[in-house]
Amino acid sequence: MPVSERNGTQVWQRRTQGESLVRWFGWLIGVAVFLYCWQQISDATTWFFVWDAPRIAGDIWERATPPRWEYITQLGRPIWDTLNIATLGTLIALCLAVPVAFLAARNTTPSALFIRPLALLIIVSTRSINSLIWALLLIAIIGPGVFAGVVAIAIRSIGFCAKLLYEAIEEIDHTQVEAITATGASRWQVMAYGIVPQILPAFAGIAVFRWDINIRESTVLGLVGAGGIGLQLQASLNVLAWPQVSLILLVILAAVILSEWVSAKVRGAII
Amino acid sequence: MLRLKKLAKTYRTGDKALRDVDLEVPTGQVLALIGPSGAGKSTMIRCINRLVEPTGGEVWVDDLEITRLGAGALRRARRQMGMIFQEYALVERLTVMENVLSGRLGYVGFWRSFARKYPQHDVDEAFRLLDRVGLLHMADKRADELSGGQRQRVGICRALIQNPKLLLVDEPTASLDPKTSRQIMRLICELCEERGLAAIINIHDVALAQMFVSRVVGLRAGAIEFDGPPEALTSDVLTTIYGEEDWEATIRKVDDDEDVPAPDFEGAE
Amino acid sequence: MSGTIAHRELGDLLGRQWRKPPFIRNPWLRWALLIGSFGYLVAAFATIEVNWSRVYEGLERGGQFVLAFTSPDFVSRGADIWKGMMESIVMTVAASVVGIAISIPIGLGAARNIAPLPVYLVCRAIVAISRALQEIIVAILLVAIFGFGPLAGFLTLSFATIGFLSKLLAEDIEAMDRAQAEAIRASGARWLQWINYGVQPQVLPRLIGLSMYRVDINFRESAILGLVGAGGIGATLNTAFDRYEYDTAAAILLLIIGIVMALEYLSGIIRAKVQ
Repeated sequence: MPVSERNGTQVWQRRTQGESLVRWFGWLIGVAVFLYCWQQISDATTWFFVWDAPRIAGDIWERATPPRWEYITQLGRPIWDTLNIATLGTLIALCLAVPVAFLAARNTTPSALFIRPLALLIIVSTRSINSLIWALLLIAIIGPGVFAGVVAIAIRSIGFCAKLLYEAIEEIDHTQVEAITATGASRWQVMAYGIVPQILPAFAGIAVFRWDINIRESTVLGLVGAGGIGLQLQASLNVLAWPQVSLILLVILAAVILSEWVSAKVRGAII
Repeated sequence: MLRLKKLAKTYRTGDKALRDVDLEVPTGQVLALIGPSGAGKSTMIRCINRLVEPTGGEVWVDDLEITRLGAGALRRARRQMGMIFQEYALVERLTVMENVLSGRLGYVGFWRSFARKYPQHDVDEAFRLLDRVGLLHMADKRADELSGGQRQRVGICRALIQNPKLLLVDEPTASLDPKTSRQIMRLICELCEERGLAAIINIHDVALAQMFVSRVVGLRAGAIEFDGPPEALTSDVLTTIYGEEDWEATIRKVDDDEDVPAPDFEGAE
Repeated sequence: MSGTIAHRELGDLLGRQWRKPPFIRNPWLRWALLIGSFGYLVAAFATIEVNWSRVYEGLERGGQFVLAFTSPDFVSRGADIWKGMMESIVMTVAASVVGIAISIPIGLGAARNIAPLPVYLVCRAIVAISRALQEIIVAILLVAIFGFGPLAGFLTLSFATIGFLSKLLAEDIEAMDRAQAEAIRASGARWLQWINYGVQPQVLPRLIGLSMYRVDINFRESAILGLVGAGGIGATLNTAFDRYEYDTAAAILLLIIGIVMALEYLSGIIRAKVQ
């Protein structure tokens, strides 16, 4: 009871004493955990470097400006590769995500007991692991190059797309499906006429959204050797060619902004 | 033409939606099914074409027993039963024409339907039906651009293009205003007469049912409580179906409705 | 064809073919897009160099890796895994706390309906910069400036959290119910009181949900920061791949998946509770 009597007058409190105590205790634990974490980070840090950081940052800035503009002529192919990694990766991911999503959605899965958990497992495991880690793994398996990048992006995107898509499938209007079933349509016809038209806008939105993210991710895949503009970034960093680094960063920034603009435009046109 | 024998449905939750219903509908008869919400009207209609699997009893359409059919035979049987829905249940992102043609899905193969290459006589029939309900000019509009009454007319076309022997109609007017409701009911009944179709119409508007149909069946808690001509619906009968309430106003409304242009078969009154 | 729809009569249409109206009305644009995308795909596939013999060799290794998931090795590099995982978790917790704490004032400032224009512009600029820069690139720069170790990772994740959370918080505040906030203002409340009573109750549940989601993302990101020397499990994982120790790599990946699943489960519970 938030209202209590004290010295004959009614006193209103937002929480009872017990509740307040629990809350304070919770905050205390939270603060303690945070301080412990900070302690750990602090122990692992060479503070001498940190105090020196402003000078180093200034130094890097000085060396990185102005960017080496003429280097851009060597960036054409890496940019093309980056675009391909993102686009082809997204396309492959969509092809694989559609069946997974249909198997994972409660209302379309053939078996809620066996197949659905399997589909959900595929979704969570591909989604939890960053595309850079997939790239590392694929490079160890099939060697460095653009192909590894495409596959890494594709695998990472399956779970993401399938998750959003199966949520869209579970939200469809069931009576439309019922109406098509009532005409004597076969299972596949029900799919094509009753379900697909309903999820098509969501599908297009997801595709463009993920493509935008994939452009961002594919710009850095080269850091581990999976092709694209990241390769040039890594090479320039290795030789401390800061003017080249700054140019590459500018190009990446432009690509990211451009892809966000394109995806916003396309989504606006579809929905 | 349609015979239900001891049709029963018990849901997994234990709710008995239908208790051994026996019903016979001859060819060309339009029948209104009335009853309170939860009486099992929707379940009964859906058990006939097995959108809901009945748990007992038999459904005979002419000489065919529906409840024992396999998947393929069931689809062929469903082609003979057109269905019209409460919220129209059009596929909203498809065009009007695609929605009408989807009634032929049971007759054409998957790839044909996928490529929208329907046989010419189906396309012609779709145009004829749209013309009959006055929506020819809407053929290439998307279904979600239509008003409620227009959508329901497209739904009727979709059911009729199946070339059915029987129409299953689930609350066709529940989402419509009173005037459109009458137009839709009149259209359904006219079309049934033109084509000699039997129909079961679920409806909760008793007065509307009385205006248009020749036989009324009252359902209560999954069992038939009343079966007779609309004139026999007295306030006592309504009380047994729906429970205690002042029914005089509902019944009298029918007599007051003479200002509405009456469809020709309403003369029975 | 499309212009004449209104005047069509039944007689004109019978016996005619029917076609679904195309999605893109303009035939020139439609064909240009079709041919353009086809041309792009051909060009893209043509320029990808795939060393098929290498891929074929790799399939066997891929099989080994899949098999490694059935017998993950948590033990032989146990100490490294433990240390890396702890560092990832520590970075995640610290960066989430700091990031969320900073993104609340910035989110307030980036909402046009409660912040004055200069503040709004500054806050929006911070959000834009943070969102445009990738975590891993920020990490590279911060490692160059602050040296190797979890501090760079912590700063990276905090910075990324600010961009993510402030933007969503600001959008949420801009979409809130005006009437409720006005009612509080009408009572003569000060600005902070107004935020506390009029705005906070409306956006808090979603803020908590988004924060939980960000914790999840931060953990996933912390797993790769080690690749560029910014601390966390990534370095251990990288070493495992380099040495072809698939069973150790599988163990680490399973741990990551497990923790992400646990976090999702936890955030589901918390979200259900605050709403």
